[in-house]
Amino acid sequence: MSEPVLTAMQRGLQSCGACGLLSSPARGEGIGRCPRCDEVVAFRKRDSISRTWAYLIAAAVCYVPANLLPVLRTTTVGSSWSDTILQGVVLLWSPTGWPLSIIVLVASIIIPSAKILSLAYLLVTVQRGSIRNNDQRLRLYRAVEFIGRWSMVDVFVDTFTAALVQLQPLMSVEPGPGLVFFAAVVVLTMLAADSFDPRLIWDAASSNEVRYG
Amino acid sequence: MVSKRKTRPSLVWVIPIIAAMVGAWVAVARILSAGPEIRITMESASGLDAGTTKINYRGVAVGTVSKIRLSEDHHHVIVTAQMAPRTEGFLVEGTQFWIVRPRISGANVTGLGTLISGAFIGMEIGDSKVPKRYFVALETPPVVNGQIGRFFVLKTPDLGSLDAGTPVFFRHLQVGQVASYKLDADGQSFSLRVFVKAPYDRFVTSNTRFWQSSGINLQLTAAGLNVETQSLLSILIGGVAFETPPGSTLPPSAANDVFTLFANRTDAFAPAARNPQTYELIFNESVRGLEVGAPVEFRGIQIGEVADVRAQIDLQTFKFSVPVTIRLDPERLGVNLLKPRPGISLVSIRRRLIDSLVAHGVRAQLQTGSLLTGSTFVELDVFPDAPPAKVDWSQNPVRLPTVPGQLEATEKSVNRIIKKIDRMPLEQIGNELQKTLTDLDRTVVTARGTLETAQGTLTTAKGTLESAHSTLDNANSVVEPGSVQTQELDHALHEITRAARSVRVLADYLERHPEALIRGKTGEAK
Repeated sequence: MSEPVLTAMQRGLQSCGACGLLSSPARGEGIGRCPRCDEVVAFRKRDSISRTWAYLIAAAVCYVPANLLPVLRTTTVGSSWSDTILQGVVLLWSPTGWPLSIIVLVASIIIPSAKILSLAYLLVTVQRGSIRNNDQRLRLYRAVEFIGRWSMVDVFVDTFTAALVQLQPLMSVEPGPGLVFFAAVVVLTMLAADSFDPRLIWDAASSNEVRYG
Repeated sequence: MVSKRKTRPSLVWVIPIIAAMVGAWVAVARILSAGPEIRITMESASGLDAGTTKINYRGVAVGTVSKIRLSEDHHHVIVTAQMAPRTEGFLVEGTQFWIVRPRISGANVTGLGTLISGAFIGMEIGDSKVPKRYFVALETPPVVNGQIGRFFVLKTPDLGSLDAGTPVFFRHLQVGQVASYKLDADGQSFSLRVFVKAPYDRFVTSNTRFWQSSGINLQLTAAGLNVETQSLLSILIGGVAFETPPGSTLPPSAANDVFTLFANRTDAFAPAARNPQTYELIFNESVRGLEVGAPVEFRGIQIGEVADVRAQIDLQTFKFSVPVTIRLDPERLGVNLLKPRPGISLVSIRRRLIDSLVAHGVRAQLQTGSLLTGSTFVELDVFPDAPPAKVDWSQNPVRLPTVPGQLEATEKSVNRIIKKIDRMPLEQIGNELQKTLTDLDRTVVTARGTLETAQGTLTTAKGTLESAHSTLDNANSVVEPGSVQTQELDHALHEITRAARSVRVLADYLERHPEALIRGKTGEAK
C-alpha cells in the first residue's frame, strides 16, 4: 500500500521543460511562459495520451510493411534479388558475421517491437489509473526514451550499404520501400515516446482531486 | 478545479490514418500487381534459383520463379513461377518453356550470357486461345523461334553429321535449319524435319533436290579426286543444301512435303535412269578395284553403273571368270532415235542399237580410273581389231562382249621384257668384261715399256737419218752432172761401150770365121 504522493501540480507549480525552473502560472491561466527562458510551460504535456496513441498506432501500422517489403535490392551481374529485414538477418548469419546479424536482429526487430509494446503498456496502465509499480514504469519509460534512437542503426547500415556498394555492373545495392517504412516506425515511436508525459504515471497515485485525463 | 475540456480528436490522428492508408495501399497494389501463377515440370532445375530466376520472352522479364520442389515420384522437378501482370494472354496451349543455358548446337552457340548471369527460362508463346497454367518444359530450346517459313520432310538412309540445328543452304546462303529428326518405324531411314524460312521457302518446288553438304565431300573414284564443300560453316558442322534444276517452273511445294536427301550433289543431280537395262560382262582377268557403283562409260560419258561383281570358277576346266552385272541406260547416250514410233517397240529399237554398236566393234574393257587408288571402271569403246561377236538376246542376263583390259596388256609386255632381261647372262658378261679389262691393263703397261724403247730407237734413227742425209749429200755431189766423178764415169762408160763394141765385132767375126781363132785374121780384114 503506497501512500499518496505529492505532485507539483497539486501545489500549483509548473516546471519548465527547457530550463527546469519551477514557477507558478498566472492566476486563472493553465499555460504560460517560463520567466527565465520564455519556453511555453504547462502542467502536463498537451493531449499526451491521445497523441501517444496516435503515433503508436501509426508506428504499428508501418511496422507491418517494414517487415514485409524488402529493405535492400541487390543487383549483381545479370541477376538481382531483394531482401527484407528478416532475410537480411538470416543472410548475415555466418560463423564470422554473426555479431552483425545479432545487431540487426536486435536493432530492427526486437527494439521497435519492444518499444511499441512498452508504450502501449504504459498508456494502458495510465488510462486505467494503475497505482502500482510506479518506479518500474518510470524506468521502463526512461529506457524506451533512451533506446529509441538506436533503432536507426539498421537504417544507417542499409543506407551506407546502398551508398557504398555501387560497383555496377559487378554489384549494386538499392534501398527498398521497406526501409522507408522502417524509418517511419523508428521516427513515430520516438515521437510517441516524446509525447508521452511520464508524470501521468504518478497522477493516479496522487490525491484524487486533481486528475488530468 | 475540474477542467471541463471536451476531448476532441486532435489533428495528430491524421498520422496513423495516413500510415494505415499507405500500408493498405501498398498491400493492395502488390496483390493486384501479381500476375498469374504457373507451374512448369522439367527434368532438372540446375541453374535455377527460387525468387531470382526470371522467365524471359524476347529479352523482357515476364515472370519470376517463386518455388522449386521435387515432384511426388521424385523423377521431375516442379517449378512454380509468378508471371507479370497482364500476361494471361501468353499462357495458352502451345506456349513452350525451356531453360536457357550455354549450349552448342548446330550452327549456334547460344546462351553464353548465362555463364555470368545464371540460367533463365526462355519462353515462346503458342498460337492457341486455350488458357493453360501447367506446362512441361522442353529439354532443348526449339530451333525455330517464331520465324515465318515452311517445314519440309526429308528422307535419308544415313544421318551423317546432321543434327537439330544443322543449317540448310540454298546457293551457299543459309536459309534455314534442321529442326528435328527421327528414325522411321521400319528402321531403314530417317525422317528429318527441316525449316526453310521465308522468302526462300518458295524456291522449294516438287523438282527440288536436297543433298547432304556435310563437311568436305571427298570422292576418290575412277574419275579422279572430287572435292566439294558448301561453306566454311558446313565444313565444321555439316549442312543440307538444296537447289532446283534450271528450267523447271513448278509451283512452290506445300508445307511438310517429302523429299529424298541425297548423299551429295552429284547424286542429287544425276539424271534419273529412266529405263535401266541389266547386262552381264565376263572378264577373264582380275577385277581388282572394280566396285559396285563404278561408272560404265562410253567414250567418257557415263551411261550406266556396275551393279554387281561376282566370281565364278568352273570346277571342270578350272577357268576363272568374273561376271560383272552392269545397268545401262543407253538413252543417256542422247540417241534420239529412241523416240517410240508406232508399230516399233522400244525394246526392239534398243536391241538394234546395241547390235549395231557391237557389230561396229564396241566392246567392254576394264580401265584404270586412278593409278593412285587402283580403282577401275568399265569402258565401252570401239575396238576395230576386236574379234567379231554377236549378242545373244536369249540369254538372261544378256552378255555383252569384252576385250582384255589395257592394264592387263601392259602388264604382259612388262612381264616379257622382264623375262628377257632375266635370261641375259649378265654375270658371264660381267666376268668377261673384267678379264678383258685386266688384259688391257697389262697391255697398257707393256705398251708403255715399248713406247719408251721406241723413243730410244727414234732418237737413234734420228741420228742415222742425219748421217744418211749427209751421206746423200755427198752422194749427190758425186752423181750430180758436172761433177768429176760423173765425168770420169762417163768416160769410163764410153770406153766400156767401145770395148763392148769391139768384143761384139770380134764375136761376130769369130762367128763368121771361127778359124780365125787359129789362123787369125786373114787378108780380108787386111
